[in-house]
Amino acid sequence: MSVNDYLFLFVGMGLVTYLPRVLPLIYLSHKKMPQGLIDWLGYIPVAVLGALLAPILFIDTANAAITFGKLEFLVAIPTLIFAVKTRSLGGTVLVGMLLYWLAGIFL
Amino acid sequence: MTPHYLPSASVKTALYAAWPICLGYFPIGLALGVLAGQSDIPWWAMALMSILVFAGSAQFICVAMIAAGSSLWAIIGTTFIINLRHVLMSSALAVYLHGVRRSFLALFAYGITDESFAINMARFRAGNWTRFQALIVNHLANCVWILATVSGVLVGQFVPTGAFGIDYALIGMFICLLVFQLHNRLHVITAIIAAVVAVLWAKFVPGDSYIVGAAVCAATCGYLFQKKRDKN
Repeated sequence: MSVNDYLFLFVGMGLVTYLPRVLPLIYLSHKKMPQGLIDWLGYIPVAVLGALLAPILFIDTANAAITFGKLEFLVAIPTLIFAVKTRSLGGTVLVGMLLYWLAGIFL
Repeated sequence: MTPHYLPSASVKTALYAAWPICLGYFPIGLALGVLAGQSDIPWWAMALMSILVFAGSAQFICVAMIAAGSSLWAIIGTTFIINLRHVLMSSALAVYLHGVRRSFLALFAYGITDESFAINMARFRAGNWTRFQALIVNHLANCVWILATVSGVLVGQFVPTGAFGIDYALIGMFICLLVFQLHNRLHVITAIIAAVVAVLWAKFVPGDSYIVGAAVCAATCGYLFQKKRDKN
């Protein structure tokens, strides 16, 4: 890719990242939203994270099959337990990486 | 009343609050940089992306899409969809930044990420937290992110593919952030619905539409369950 391609791509990505972050804040810091919308939006973070994570853990990229045997899923179980017990973001990332690395060597 | 200057004690509190984010961002940013380096993305492009975009998961997906030869418009469209979730976070933060001047909000909004949002909301809710401390958290996290991603590209050529489990950094972050979001039983149910719908959607529909599709389905289910519960 050329310098101009990169510049176009990152300015475009930057705009579509920044606008959803800034517009609601500027608009809503002086207004009130309907309670129903606030309640619905309250389920968006957990729903987005579940939707981002599950296909990585359960879909075999080689043949697009649903499986419970992926290494990503097996490592996710102890990683999830560690996250629940410690509630440490940095610790969970490091433990997940370490387990995935070790599992790749020994399994 | 919000102070117009920052006593060193509150700066220290802000640095202490930002520490877990920085610790979490360093391996993730490093991993992103290494992957970018392996996809022949130069260090200056990584720096430019981290400054202009500053959105971890979108940047990972961007690197994967560049490696797969996707069109620039497809990458920008995917970034938009993935980062639409920040509309919610920005809206929720507005409650604690009521009537604040627009230039401050413009500067603050740049640093709203899943992680800084989670930490700032918890602190705002607990009280004794100023918008200037929140701003420090956002921008300190951004500095660490830029440093980590560029370092990743520079040292990446010495790191073999898949070394030290770096491919798992993003998955580990998602797992922990998901745990942070499980406030009650309805959130757990919503997460399970999102997971099931996303897996089926991803299996049968090509592309990345499953993220927003499954998220909207599951959030609507969670909201309807809440209404039903409140009625009873």
